[in-house]
Amino acid sequence: MTAKLHVLSSETNGESQAAMAPRPKEGHLSIENVSKTYDPEGARVVALHNCSVEIAPGDFLAIVGPSGCGKSTLMNIIAGFDNVTEGRVLLDGQLLATPTSPPKPGSDRVVVFQNGALFPWKTVLENVMYGPLVQHKMTRAEAEERAMDLLAKCGGLDKVAASYPPQLSSGMQRRVEIVRALINEPKILLLDEPFRAMDTVSKTTMHQHLLQMYRTCRKTIVFITHDLEEAIYLADKVIVMTSRPGTIKSTIIVNLPRPRTPEMMLSTDYLALKAQAIASVHEEAKKAFERGEREHA
Amino acid sequence: MLKEGAMKAVEASVNNSVVDPLKWHRRLPKLNWRGGFAVGAFLIAWHFLVLLKAPGFKEISSPVEVLQTFINQYLGNPNYWNSWVASFKRVIYGFVLAQVLGIPLGLLLGTRDTFHKLVYPVIEILRPIPPLAWVPISILFWPTTELSIIFITFIGAFFIIVINVHDAVRNIKKEHYWLALSLGASSGQVFRRIMVPSVIPSIAVGMTLGIAVTWNVVIAAEMIASDSGLGRLTWEGYVSHTVPVVIIGMISIGLAGYLSTIVVDYAEKKMMPWRTTR
Repeated sequence: MTAKLHVLSSETNGESQAAMAPRPKEGHLSIENVSKTYDPEGARVVALHNCSVEIAPGDFLAIVGPSGCGKSTLMNIIAGFDNVTEGRVLLDGQLLATPTSPPKPGSDRVVVFQNGALFPWKTVLENVMYGPLVQHKMTRAEAEERAMDLLAKCGGLDKVAASYPPQLSSGMQRRVEIVRALINEPKILLLDEPFRAMDTVSKTTMHQHLLQMYRTCRKTIVFITHDLEEAIYLADKVIVMTSRPGTIKSTIIVNLPRPRTPEMMLSTDYLALKAQAIASVHEEAKKAFERGEREHA
Repeated sequence: MLKEGAMKAVEASVNNSVVDPLKWHRRLPKLNWRGGFAVGAFLIAWHFLVLLKAPGFKEISSPVEVLQTFINQYLGNPNYWNSWVASFKRVIYGFVLAQVLGIPLGLLLGTRDTFHKLVYPVIEILRPIPPLAWVPISILFWPTTELSIIFITFIGAFFIIVINVHDAVRNIKKEHYWLALSLGASSGQVFRRIMVPSVIPSIAVGMTLGIAVTWNVVIAAEMIASDSGLGRLTWEGYVSHTVPVVIIGMISIGLAGYLSTIVVDYAEKKMMPWRTTR
């Protein structure tokens, strides 16, 4: 195990030669007192209750919580797939969501879904080129050049540009999805449990890929997960949510240095953060367990 | 010197144009020898059962008899080949019409709620009626027998494709919709680039089922109402008690159906390159 970690860390040290990209100017997200109730006339399911989060441009935020805590609802609101019942969401001072405005998705906030949503009828390259082409932002030649460039930068994905998504491994598919989001120069990248169904080794590799991408093309990232260790390892700030109704229970500031390496998971700082996080979710996990939830953070 | 060079060039070009028998052989699809063996075994078993006058086989012709009748009376007979043409025409008209009308109707039913509420109950009532139950009405309604048979054939494939496309539209992954919208697609682009490709696999399923049903229906309809086609040929063989003709009719129908399936499979592969290159 130690040997393996050592190998991984020497690789990542190689990658970390590239300095951290400067903090972007755009991508300041404010979620202010947001509540979301489904079926307000009838069953009144309160998915979110009075949630407030502030994310600085270029920050990596992780949201952790048991299933049903409203983390996906929160992401859908930010992405513009759903509206809020109360409160508001602002991106760089501009209103994204209010109770009265209809939800509006946009290419400045692109989501990578947990089950993958690459278009299976398009090749990897066509998938990546889709955004710039439908928005008429680039010509086909420009889009192709940019897509190939990004794919090459993300661990040699240019080699599979002509393949169809079902021919790729799930790790590769997820990376292609991240590239498809990045080509649109989004202000925020929304990742909804992207590594959920992966084994530990693939997950570790994917973490390195994601951290590498974050380092080179720094964006505001909102990362949803139920895996506490993953959240602390990747993020600058972790918010822990409770379920029914979904509220924010605590915020953990992760002051581990970047670049992050897998050995950091053994450091005392990391373990202290983990202990702190476990303490804060323990009560929640117990509640969730008692409710018969199999999955808890 | 010049002449020699020219000769060599001609020789080379001749050599190139002659197809290398080995390579030519390789270009053929790999023969399924097991399938050939099974067909052979079936024919031999059939032949011996007839020779031994096994129960039920007393009035059945042997494959040799059938082959002799076929070669002597049908192979060079234009009437026989016209039966093929007649049946194929009906299948193609009925099948294509079912796709052309059924696919848009399925898309409309899947996407427009008011239209769905208005039209879907009618479809649900008409759908369970077997195509052959349409024969009497169809003969009364359409001015010619030909049109009524095409109509019945069309009915056979139509509801299958409508239901398949309708279900596919309703089951499109919402993530695909959302993503297309957040990547900046307009509603027209979502329709063309997300909805249409999403339902292609179901259209393919509808086509596979549709072509099989179409052959079923056309043969039955020909037996009941027509004076041409492979169904009629088989029926005439029965009525005139010439068993080899019945069997020639049956095998012809089988081969025609198989040919249609090959064409449909090929079309499906072309429609879904992402499925075949897996």
